[in-house]
Amino acid sequence: MIGGYPIELLALQLFTGLALGSVFVLLAVGLSLIFGLLTVVNFAHGAFYMLGAYAGVFFIGYLGNFWLTLAVVPLAVGAVGLVVERWLVRPLYGRGIDYPLMLTFGLAYVLVEVVRILFGAEGMPFDAPDSLMGAVDIGVGYFPAYRLFVIAATAVLVLALWLFLEKTSYGLVIRAGARDGEIVRVLGIDISRVWLVVFALGTGVAGLAGVLSAPMRSVFPDMGTTVLVEAFVVTVVGGMGSLAGAVVAGLLVGVVVSMTSLFAPAMAEVSMFALMALVLLVRPQGLFGKKGLMG
Amino acid sequence: MSLANPQERLTVSGRRLAGLVSLMARHRVAAVLGFLLIFPFLLPYEALAVNILIYGLYALGFNMVFGYMGVLSFGHAAFFGLGSYATGIAIVHYGVPWLPAIGIGIVAAGLGAAVIGGLAIRTRGIYFAMVTLALSQCVYYLVYQMEDLSGGENGLRGVDVYDLNIPGLELTLIDPLTKYYFVFAFVALAVWLFSRLLASPFGAVLEALRENESRARACGTDVAMSKWLAFVISGLFCGLAGALNAIHLTIVPIESLHYHTSGLAVMMALLGGMGTFFGPFVGALTFLMLEDVITLVTVHWQLFVGALFVFFILFFPRGIWGTLLHWLSR
Repeated sequence: MIGGYPIELLALQLFTGLALGSVFVLLAVGLSLIFGLLTVVNFAHGAFYMLGAYAGVFFIGYLGNFWLTLAVVPLAVGAVGLVVERWLVRPLYGRGIDYPLMLTFGLAYVLVEVVRILFGAEGMPFDAPDSLMGAVDIGVGYFPAYRLFVIAATAVLVLALWLFLEKTSYGLVIRAGARDGEIVRVLGIDISRVWLVVFALGTGVAGLAGVLSAPMRSVFPDMGTTVLVEAFVVTVVGGMGSLAGAVVAGLLVGVVVSMTSLFAPAMAEVSMFALMALVLLVRPQGLFGKKGLMG
Repeated sequence: MSLANPQERLTVSGRRLAGLVSLMARHRVAAVLGFLLIFPFLLPYEALAVNILIYGLYALGFNMVFGYMGVLSFGHAAFFGLGSYATGIAIVHYGVPWLPAIGIGIVAAGLGAAVIGGLAIRTRGIYFAMVTLALSQCVYYLVYQMEDLSGGENGLRGVDVYDLNIPGLELTLIDPLTKYYFVFAFVALAVWLFSRLLASPFGAVLEALRENESRARACGTDVAMSKWLAFVISGLFCGLAGALNAIHLTIVPIESLHYHTSGLAVMMALLGGMGTFFGPFVGALTFLMLEDVITLVTVHWQLFVGALFVFFILFFPRGIWGTLLHWLSR
């Protein structure tokens, strides 16, 4: 018993927090990746997350298979990201960091409204596949299988991303580009294509986060609005441009929110901001800030 | 002679326009107020004019940080909303008369700006927008939770100020034109004060910070203090706008604290022309008139407003007034 709650309940709540945090991790990784290389704060990140959930609704109706949908959605959302980087963000490079930020803010309005026109303003149901329905015994009690899957999927994805950035030659180019784009260009690498790929990658991961969280949170046009704020909080806590920071801060924020909703439900939404304020006071650059990109 | 005429006439009229603009720039307060004085007679209904007045003031306050100091804040909804709620709560729950209630609103917004600014100043560059946004959203949730005072999701209702109770004058806000000039009186005072601040050494410090922060520091400016002060002063102006909005609408919607309201200030200031004196009012006018017209045709006005904003960022980052000034100065 801790604080009047049985230890099993606390452990389950911890896992709930980790599942919630996994979505935060995915969002923050995408946001951080785009910022680290392009120095663009993507204010449309929440909108891409929302696009991912709606693309999930669309493709599952079209393909009828959850696993296939999970593979197609990041590609589809990433494709939208490609178009956005190439035609909207690229003209703004070299014009100051505030411009792409404001542009993506305006873009979020457009994306949300387009979805509202196509799918309607009402929420949409999105069920987890049958194989992930129900609960699994994890030693301390029964835990929803789908949430366990989200935690595992996030772990796999983050590992894959880390291997890609650290162990492949293209990852080396990306990391070098984050250090000094000019030198990479001098070495004969088309850096603008690297930027394009990274923007698509970041938005694709946001789309994946959207479709993964669709069965846990409901699907509606404004679902990206609160998520954007959460992603910002996680990025500020973890430190911009750090993969480790995104992972640790994402899970930490998830656990803090889920624990506060157990002990003081009224404070659940505010708790993450309190955490952020604390980090700002003690370590303004974030827990893992000031290291190289994704280091 | 006559062959060269069209070109010549063009430059002369261009010069005249430039002369007019520079005259306006020299008497910027008079120009804004003169226009706003006759403004309600140019619009189909006064409620829109009052909205433009209030949001123009809101964007003006925001522009101090964004346009003049060059720091992008996404948290100004907190100050607008705090101004609204503090004024509204004082009137609804404590029966405070309207004038002190407006004062309470301004003070509340200033306190909010002091706390949020104090935390956000600790971060640099791009973090600033994210931190201000997150902290203002925190204010949103806090007010949302205080249902007894704030009305929660439904917003605060019943901010009814009808009789102004000014001795010797029988003024009621039920008359829309009276309401316009009531709001105008406050806006006029704020615009004059804003202009004085810009003309002061403090205004020069703001622009120095925008142009070159390290040089401003080398010249002996206390950068952190000046930024924080500008943030608080900007918050006071936005708080006044919020307080007036509470009295204008007689309710305080919870959305006034949402970060989309911060986005409104960004959009209006950019559409009008950031860092220009007339820009915020031009932007508020353009934005709200467009919204008004588009909602007659379709509910999806955000699509058009968002697209227009993106278009301006890409092709006219100086905004309407800024582009005009740029053309004339060439």
